[in-house]
Amino acid sequence: MSGGGGPSLMDSLFQRTLDDLIKGIRLHLPGAPQSSFISKSLDEIRREIKSTDLQTKSTALQKLTYLHSLHGIDMSWAAFHAVELTSSPSFLHKKTGYLAASLSFRPSTDVLLLLTNQLRKDLSSTNQHEVSLALECLSVICTPDFARDLTPDIFVLLTSSKSFIRKKSIACLLMVFSQYPDAVRVCFKRLVENLESGDSAQTLAATVSVFCELASKEPRSYLPLAPEFYRILVESRNNWVLIKVLKIFAQLAKLEPRLAKKVVEPICDHIKRSEAKSLVFECVRTIVSSFHEYEFAVKLAVAKIREFLLDSDLNLRYLGLQGLLLVAPNHLWAVLENKEVVIKSLSDVDRNIKLEALRLVMSMVSDDNVVEICRVLIGYALKSDPEFCNEILRSILSTCSRNVYEIIIDFDWYVSLLAEMARIPHCQNGEEIEYQLIDIGMRVKDVRPELVRVGRGLLIDPALLGNPFIHRILSAAAWVSGEYVQFSRNPFEIMEALLQPRTNLLPPSIRSVYIHSTFKVLSFCLHSFLFPKKEVNSLLSDNDIEPGFTYSESEQEFTETDQATSSSAFQKRDTFTQESIDNVLTLVITSLTPLVENHDVEIQERVRNVLGLAQLAQKDISSHHDQKEKMVDKMDLKVSIIIRLINDALSEDFGPIPFNAQERVPIPDGLVLEENLSKLDSICADVPLPKSESFSLLKPINLPTDGDSISNQHNEEESETSAAESMSLLAEHRKKHGLFYLSSNDNKNASSSFPPANDPSQRDNDMEDLVKLTEESLVLKRKPNLSRPRPVVVKLDEGDRLPIIVKKTDENDDLISGAVRDVLLGNETSLHSNNPSGRRKGKTSSKDKVENSETSNSSKRRSKHRNHGNNVDKKEEISEKSKQKSGGRHRARRRADGDIDVAVQKPVIPDFLL
Amino acid sequence: MVVVQLFYLHLSLITMWIRLYFMLQIHFVLLISRQGKVRLTKWYSPYSQKERSKVIRELSGMILSRGPKLCNFVEWRGFKVVYKRYASLYFCMCINQEDNELEVLEVIHHYVEILDRYFGSVCELDLIFNFHKAYYILDEVLIAGELQESSKKTVARLVATQDSLVDAAKEEANSISNIIAQATK
Repeated sequence: MSGGGGPSLMDSLFQRTLDDLIKGIRLHLPGAPQSSFISKSLDEIRREIKSTDLQTKSTALQKLTYLHSLHGIDMSWAAFHAVELTSSPSFLHKKTGYLAASLSFRPSTDVLLLLTNQLRKDLSSTNQHEVSLALECLSVICTPDFARDLTPDIFVLLTSSKSFIRKKSIACLLMVFSQYPDAVRVCFKRLVENLESGDSAQTLAATVSVFCELASKEPRSYLPLAPEFYRILVESRNNWVLIKVLKIFAQLAKLEPRLAKKVVEPICDHIKRSEAKSLVFECVRTIVSSFHEYEFAVKLAVAKIREFLLDSDLNLRYLGLQGLLLVAPNHLWAVLENKEVVIKSLSDVDRNIKLEALRLVMSMVSDDNVVEICRVLIGYALKSDPEFCNEILRSILSTCSRNVYEIIIDFDWYVSLLAEMARIPHCQNGEEIEYQLIDIGMRVKDVRPELVRVGRGLLIDPALLGNPFIHRILSAAAWVSGEYVQFSRNPFEIMEALLQPRTNLLPPSIRSVYIHSTFKVLSFCLHSFLFPKKEVNSLLSDNDIEPGFTYSESEQEFTETDQATSSSAFQKRDTFTQESIDNVLTLVITSLTPLVENHDVEIQERVRNVLGLAQLAQKDISSHHDQKEKMVDKMDLKVSIIIRLINDALSEDFGPIPFNAQERVPIPDGLVLEENLSKLDSICADVPLPKSESFSLLKPINLPTDGDSISNQHNEEESETSAAESMSLLAEHRKKHGLFYLSSNDNKNASSSFPPANDPSQRDNDMEDLVKLTEESLVLKRKPNLSRPRPVVVKLDEGDRLPIIVKKTDENDDLISGAVRDVLLGNETSLHSNNPSGRRKGKTSSKDKVENSETSNSSKRRSKHRNHGNNVDKKEEISEKSKQKSGGRHRARRRADGDIDVAVQKPVIPDFLL
Repeated sequence: MVVVQLFYLHLSLITMWIRLYFMLQIHFVLLISRQGKVRLTKWYSPYSQKERSKVIRELSGMILSRGPKLCNFVEWRGFKVVYKRYASLYFCMCINQEDNELEVLEVIHHYVEILDRYFGSVCELDLIFNFHKAYYILDEVLIAGELQESSKKTVARLVATQDSLVDAAKEEANSISNIIAQATK
């Protein structure tokens, strides 16, 4: 006896209190000393918590709760002790126990079921504070089991005479419903009664917020209650309640347009009358998102938004911008009216406000004004801090590339904009720009010459190589220059750029792209040199040649007189002379030879490929050159055959890769993808999003080509195979734009008609510009410039890169709404009234109460029964769906259900609306 | 390939999670000191312990770095976090995108006023040493992520009654007869 008491007494007398623990933690420095103190305290707690003395146990648990909630210490092992304390007769211990339970219990806690009985006992306690403790705990840790077992007890509490208890039990219902939808059948009627009685403001608030959350999930079921909500909207003076009711109406009005007419007036009254900004903002938001066809209401709302925008309070300015964002899709004039404020906000001190303003500006973008808006935004990007600068660039990139570059008409401009972005000092969107450069190259044939020009500009600038952020973009430029080298004005210049010494600053992966591009350029040069005429001329389309372009740059050996946009429009004889080819070969060999020993295997391999080709070519060509005047034989050289093969291999176009290409890759045997998904979260947390698979060497899967401007035979074959698909696209396009080639326009004209993306001279009056442009583009909606038809953009029928996510509302919900409908239905049939909720005010006689308690018992039984029945029903339904056959009985029942559904919803509403 | 598949599965898990628990207005309440120390955490939506510490880390980094006199809302993982600084403490509540930020700001202010009334010009130390009381008061203000009591007086009265119950229990526990009973058990 005394042996058991001794340590317990010692423990309780010399136990560290919570204060001691907290002081101790504060005394120790953060880091190792503190964590060692905590683990020492934990050892104490482990010992103390086993004590038979409830006071000692309670203090220990309190300390543990403190460590758990503020220092993240695991306390799942103490779950049993928490349950134990909740059953203590002392209020103090009970409170400590419940606090620990509500903070630490999970659905997976194993002793959870032990708590059921205690919760039931406390829910029916005469001490209202004990009831409140149990309800609070239940509202946090509710599981399906709890919900099922305790629904009857909560049902009783819903009519408690103490509004303090009633409001908590109502709030608790939400959790119960979500865990155990069948509880709706039992409790819904009393919930509706609480909505109608309105004897306590707090109860009403709790009820309305339950309905608000329920309606946000599946509004249809709550349409019959619209009259009640309307009454609250008109009568209530509690802002919190009104905000919830507004949210409910925002949902309901989508389903029942007639409701809007009725509700709009009171909402406008609230806007005019209310002092509370939160309520006013909610009204505004409701109007602009759900009632935007009521002109007067929208005008009022926009006026309020303007007040918000001009307020000195940043919160209101932020919300004003958000409101404007909601108005924008339906009422652009509202944005226009406030354009100065919006544009001023782009340079606000608060980053969040800047972001909202940016979103607003981006929401105005259309194919008419994209050029101007981007120009102004780039101007802002240059002025802003790096973070916001990148935010601007990111939103430009994502807006412009939306739906496969839907809003871009002039791709030449867009490509030069991308290059412009690359040169912005803080640009960190290299990956996305890289992706888009390559993607556009593959999708839009007509832009390739411009792409190569832009790529050249990036490649020949040695300064860019020093900036690691744009290495990815350089990689794209290198790839583009190699892949579409036939459009280049001067391949030799590109070759020099690709081999410049500063390329050693590049990471190996990008350097190998450079080297591979060297290979392509080299084989192109050799091919042009070795097969100078016949093939080339056969493909040369005469009207593509642009006269009067002269080169006088670093390489004086080659002066070109003619230059063209199309593939082989060089005057090959002039360009690819024996001397120039010799020079190129020497250049390649001297620059690449040191890399043979490079430690990166990728570089090494590619260098060896290029060198092999170059050395072979050098040997053959020079030996051939020695025996002069035998040009005819040039075709028969060994190198010629090889070059022809290589060129054929390289000349096949890459197409865009569909988004679902991955799915077509067969899964190898033995790889089980669905295994061990439990650890998925932890794995995925650290995996970066695989954004752009820069460029893949997969073959094009689906490439509609249009037959024009094809530089090789392969494409012609291919275009035949895919002719069927492309024909319709092409026909449509031709019909729209007439002849689709622009080559009659000369380059200079074209570029002058579209200003450069970022012209420094124009940056100063950005704000006025944007103001002016919004005015122009938004009001006049002028036609797109037809002198430059939009080129064909290759799209894939199935799964492109950006499947625009359409939010699907989960209509096939939902156990709760099903149950609600059932209850409403039951109500209606029993009352024979159009209003299913039934106006039963004042019917709380004692007789009624007796009835209620009876129904509670029976409904409990019924609910169990029904639950069982439900499962069977579901199974039957599934089998019906799959087999499409059923007994007559089932069908009859279903039809009856359907009829009833209609009966519930249809006749109810007009009653209210008329 | 595997990575991509995993990523999509992960996404679907997240959306499932949101669908299950979007019903709450306030997802969690955090009190963070200016030095980044956590003073109170209450989670109305389920987060694992690992997620909890991650959330706290992310948010305190985001919110503490914001200068004064900026707006009180930050967007975070598709939610909104409404925060307000009182003295050295940041009160943060996480809500859905479409919820009313100003209302939540009022809820925060409401809670602070009640704390202030209860402790008598509350300071951080009060909350440090009475963390359980801060929880009890919060539980009277919010339940299941919803505001339950908009009257400061009522909350004060309720908390006072509970305190007296606790004190009575304490007295009983500390009475000499009780200690003797314990010792001789």
